[in-house]
Amino acid sequence: MSHTISALVLNQPGVLARVAGLFSGRGFNIESLCVAETLDPSTSRMTIVTRGNDQVIEQITKQLNKLVDIIKVVDFFGSDYVDREMILIKVTAESSSRAEILRIVDIFRGKIVDVTPKSYTIEVSGDENKIRAIIDLLKPMGIKEVVRTGKVAISRGSKGI
Amino acid sequence: MKKTGAQILLESLQLEGVDTIFGFPGGSVIGIYDALFNSPIRHILVRHEQAAVHAADGYARSSGRIGVCLVTSGPGATNTVTGIATAYMDSIPVVVLTGQVSTGLIGNDAFQEADIMGITRPCTKHSYLVKDVKELARTIKEAFYIAGTGRPGPVLVDLPKDVIADSAEFNYPESVNMQSYNPTYRGHRGQIQKAFKLILKANRPLIYAGGGVISSNASEELTTFARTLSIPVTATLMGLGCFPGVDDLSLGMLGMHGTYRANMAVTNCDLLIAIGARFDDRVTGKIDGFAPNAKIIHIDIDPTSISKNIRVHIPIVGDAKDVLKKINKLIQEEKEDWKSIRREWLDQIFQWKNTYLLAYEQKDVIKPQYVVEKIYEITKGEAIISTEVGQNQMWTAQYYHFTKPRTLLTSGGLGTMGYGFPAAIGAQIAFPEKTVIDIAGDGSIQMNIQELATVAQYNLPVKIAILNNRYLGMVRQWQGLFHNKRYSHTSLEVSPDFVKLAEAYGAVGLRATKPEEVVPTIEKALSISKAVIMDFVVEQEEDVYPMVPVGAPLKEMLLV
Repeated sequence: MSHTISALVLNQPGVLARVAGLFSGRGFNIESLCVAETLDPSTSRMTIVTRGNDQVIEQITKQLNKLVDIIKVVDFFGSDYVDREMILIKVTAESSSRAEILRIVDIFRGKIVDVTPKSYTIEVSGDENKIRAIIDLLKPMGIKEVVRTGKVAISRGSKGI
Repeated sequence: MKKTGAQILLESLQLEGVDTIFGFPGGSVIGIYDALFNSPIRHILVRHEQAAVHAADGYARSSGRIGVCLVTSGPGATNTVTGIATAYMDSIPVVVLTGQVSTGLIGNDAFQEADIMGITRPCTKHSYLVKDVKELARTIKEAFYIAGTGRPGPVLVDLPKDVIADSAEFNYPESVNMQSYNPTYRGHRGQIQKAFKLILKANRPLIYAGGGVISSNASEELTTFARTLSIPVTATLMGLGCFPGVDDLSLGMLGMHGTYRANMAVTNCDLLIAIGARFDDRVTGKIDGFAPNAKIIHIDIDPTSISKNIRVHIPIVGDAKDVLKKINKLIQEEKEDWKSIRREWLDQIFQWKNTYLLAYEQKDVIKPQYVVEKIYEITKGEAIISTEVGQNQMWTAQYYHFTKPRTLLTSGGLGTMGYGFPAAIGAQIAFPEKTVIDIAGDGSIQMNIQELATVAQYNLPVKIAILNNRYLGMVRQWQGLFHNKRYSHTSLEVSPDFVKLAEAYGAVGLRATKPEEVVPTIEKALSISKAVIMDFVVEQEEDVYPMVPVGAPLKEMLLV
């Protein structure tokens, strides 16, 4: 099962290496990893998407908690949360397909962030299904390049982690 | 008044109660060595940096204090890696101070530069690179705090040369305030209650005690617990000595080379109480066959140890001492005649004991087991024993009945050949008056043999007993059992004359080739106040039994 894990960490050099090393050293998977500063510049927030059975996920959260630089770890699995990912897509835009692409982008509430006579660069954010859907729709037009951020996630409701 | 980084470092160490460090100088740490020149801290100059960490580790294991070592950057630092990994696997509190090139040169592939933080990240509990001298005192405070609390472990502090030379006001923090590091010491009351109920109900309970009992100094509590409720105790290699090995309730070690009765007790118990142990593969054998009929209570300070290899019914995260104290308090209320309640179970264990005793036959050639047994008898179990790794280690675990905690120093987790001798040096430094003996093989001893110069320099009366079978015995044993006796590269056809070697280093060398020479050799060695190598020329192809082959359940022991 895929789990989305959020970790509050000290914003110090080497923290990312410790987390990445933990996953590689113990044979855990990372599907995506996203990290940036929080409002407090001394801490960062990591969102890790990983996969494994219950025992593996239990070890992952325990091992993360054990790292001295990690303040808190939450597995969102089974709880109510929102996750989003942003994707930049560079797609071939010939005169025959330009209008169609614009319509698709509009439906997905995306934005065109760069235009050339032969291409559009599109920015879209959303959950996994939405991202997959727009990729599927744009594929026939000729996708030149995609860049994805990986997921960020936050719990629903008024409380933070 | 401002002080240099080197002064701040040494004064911080003193404030942490450090009186001895093990080290080897070099260019990046020359400033620290200059300050050491007239510091009250004693420095033991080893002959290889690996030995500095092992010695600090042996010092820590035997004394319960934090071991400290100091090495230079680059090769000095990389030479510590095996020592650090050894301490990490066995949860030993060691602070490793490494030199580093100046901050401006870091990342430039400078002379004697190594990214030691990066190299050791997977085998340290935590590590620091000190980039500013103002951070130095706080870093040292935290390093000691992290090394010694929770599940102990090695902490590395990387010290760039310019930071050591720079100066700052020295204020040593009184306490540590770390938002992100708070080990759980107190066991959860509800969980303890649940465990207690299960313990009262059990018909065939068994305690499986590990190194955590020793790290938390909980031997007394464990002994009270086991004796009050008449529960038999088996210990892991790391746990030996946490419960008196001569007690009627002691079953000796369990696992791959465990005793028959211990492995049978694990297989047949209905409640397994694991304390400070981590269900290592050498202990469990095939997981499905490990305590198949038992409910399991697991007490451990490290949550990651719980339910890592085996599902447990009642996990209790906490310090073994704290949890056992609480359980012992609950026991006091239960005035039952536990001895008669346990009669059937203890009788059964007694039967297993008599079914297969640890044994060997001493004929014309010295048996290695005989040497260990005689060392035990002559020292009355009062010595501090270190071992190397392999057959020497297993025979020591089987035939030396450890009765006190912190008297066995052995690399259990990593299995580091070359550990025993430098660890014995550390223990001898911590306890100058005690008998310290490294029980070694002829292979292992050569991995840190250069430390004979260290014992000579500091007049350390460390004794080395080499069980010399001219083989890398444990690997040869496996080749014999599982590879058709194809002894591929395990024959040590050439070794030095250990007697002459001892003499070359200014130590004493003794050799025993006949069984009747064993006792006089040990007695003579112990009467000499210098380092002594005892070279016991033993049976070449003696194997360690019982043995559970890799992947087999514990009950399937090879017995000979």
